[in-house]
Amino acid sequence: MNFIETVLARRAGRERVTPGETVWVDVDTLLTHDVCGPGTIGIFQHEFGREATVWDPDKVVLMPDHYIFTEDAHAIRNRELVRQFAHEQALPHYYDEASDRYRGVCHVGFAEEGFARPGRVLFGTDSHTCTAGAFGQFATGIGNTDAAFIMGTGRLWVKVPETVRIILHGHWPAALMAKDAILQIICDLGLDGATYGALEFVGEAVEALDMDERMTLCNMAIEAGGKCGVIPPDAVTYDYLRARGVDAFESITVNGDARYQRVLVYDVSLMRPTVAMPYTPDRAALAADLSDVKLDQCYIGSCTGGKMADFRAAARVLNGRSVACRTVMVPATREIEKALETETLHDHTLADIFRAAGAEMGPPSCAACLGGPKDTFGRLNGDEVCLSTTNRNFPGRMGSPKSQTFLASPLTVAASAVIGRIIDPSVYVT
Amino acid sequence: MVIKGKAYVVGDHVDTDQIIPAEHLVYRMDDPQERALYGRFALTGVPAEGAGLPHGCTPLVKADEAAPFTVLIGGQNFGCGSSREHAPVALAEAGIQAVVAHSYARIFFRNSVDGGFVLPAESEENLSMTIATGDEVEVNMKTQTLKNKRTGVSHALKPMDTVAEIVSAGGLFAYARENQRMGDCKNEQDYCTAGGRDRAGSVQASCEDTDRCWYPGGFAL
Repeated sequence: MNFIETVLARRAGRERVTPGETVWVDVDTLLTHDVCGPGTIGIFQHEFGREATVWDPDKVVLMPDHYIFTEDAHAIRNRELVRQFAHEQALPHYYDEASDRYRGVCHVGFAEEGFARPGRVLFGTDSHTCTAGAFGQFATGIGNTDAAFIMGTGRLWVKVPETVRIILHGHWPAALMAKDAILQIICDLGLDGATYGALEFVGEAVEALDMDERMTLCNMAIEAGGKCGVIPPDAVTYDYLRARGVDAFESITVNGDARYQRVLVYDVSLMRPTVAMPYTPDRAALAADLSDVKLDQCYIGSCTGGKMADFRAAARVLNGRSVACRTVMVPATREIEKALETETLHDHTLADIFRAAGAEMGPPSCAACLGGPKDTFGRLNGDEVCLSTTNRNFPGRMGSPKSQTFLASPLTVAASAVIGRIIDPSVYVT
Repeated sequence: MVIKGKAYVVGDHVDTDQIIPAEHLVYRMDDPQERALYGRFALTGVPAEGAGLPHGCTPLVKADEAAPFTVLIGGQNFGCGSSREHAPVALAEAGIQAVVAHSYARIFFRNSVDGGFVLPAESEENLSMTIATGDEVEVNMKTQTLKNKRTGVSHALKPMDTVAEIVSAGGLFAYARENQRMGDCKNEQDYCTAGGRDRAGSVQASCEDTDRCWYPGGFAL
């Protein structure tokens, strides 16, 4: 069995599992937020009764993150529903947006809190739950009904996915990031090329990445239709977890007969900064070939592109430069927001570099990545053209159906912000 | 089981933002009036040229009118993108009973099956260029065909995979209760019928709370 099959077999209590078969697994963690939490809670109470309690309060993580900084009355009511449920059920892992426990985007907060761990099975009511696969676990997105089922029983059925192995060789060029690689991979696989497959990322170029960058790879597995993305854990994974107070790890040994549906091999040293054009994430083009695209807005944020590694990259470009179009930055979490005020580059804090460049900084949340209520920070409300570090560019994804979103790495977005057109960041980063 | 009615046709890669734009993901599912709003805004994110093929510019739902469509025809990778269960709910609320797509993104497919909202059937060929919005069609899961009454042509549907039993049961909860898949769940031991279903998943006629029982009874395959 390969890595992800080994993880699933363990939680299914089976010697082995085979792609295509349906198994029932014990769930280690259920993650939900303010958009799908209320619906999940509603079904849970409807199915199990008003007095029912969650199967294991320690295994439910409630991180409001989507519609936080909005005056939308329904959104406010929904956050209150989540709060009430968390209190009724005495859930220890509730990150109330009205308290100093608030973290921000759940996928990044989930990792920061040390919940993402090798060998675990995570289901979350958000398609980008696959981000946690970067820590060597099975992690996938589900709907409210499945989440409510887990809430009551701690179990769920899974069809064992086929696995596509993606081997990344070579050294990363200075201007190339994990985002460029995953956009290229999604383009090669196609928007549904890995439907229900697991994407396993390996190779020395993957091993060279920090956890933030590994999360970017796994985060976008869903954009090729993937069930999950996974990176087998190594010293980088364990160091991240130890720094977060986690020091007991499940070890996963993959035996010799690992099987893959197919294997894709890349040399990252030959890749160039890549952009996905509207209106699908698989429409890749080279940044260098899109210099005629004039930008109204640049956006750096989200679970995909609002992590420390993303802001560090943007700061490398924006230090001492100014932006030529509206540039919006939304740190994924409070922890990142704080770190931007303390971490320095050439004696300036990253936040100072961004403010000096003329960028607008917003509070941590999913913000305009998915459009959201009309008053969402950074939302595209007209026919703007936006270059963004986020994950999707479907029609209307960031707000108005008239808007257009191009997806790129934070280096490409920051460099393009400087001239107001899409540009290959190699000119600024050597 | 046969589902009959007018078809509404969209193309390939219709993602969940098109099925129900994110700004609408705020209505309560367990409040009938708010839930109905999902139906009102179903497929409002589809660009006008792709809304109601082949001509486009035909919204699924017109303001303050009941949608006349019961079968949604999609192309490749229908329902890609987010995991929002609001997507199949929105279609069901708009009157769609069956979706017939050439292929599905898996989370949408799974949500349709486990929630029992719409029947997600797969067509052997991509029918989004073959069937026209407004055609009278018949989806027959027993014969695995979709018949277009306008043209008289029957199009083959793929057999349901391993989820057929869940679809027949009417969703995950009903299936799991019928098949002893609830594990040693403590909630099942104290399970009451407040939700309108007994342990076998069938609706309790005596339940006082049937208004909140929004689940359909399952699709006999």
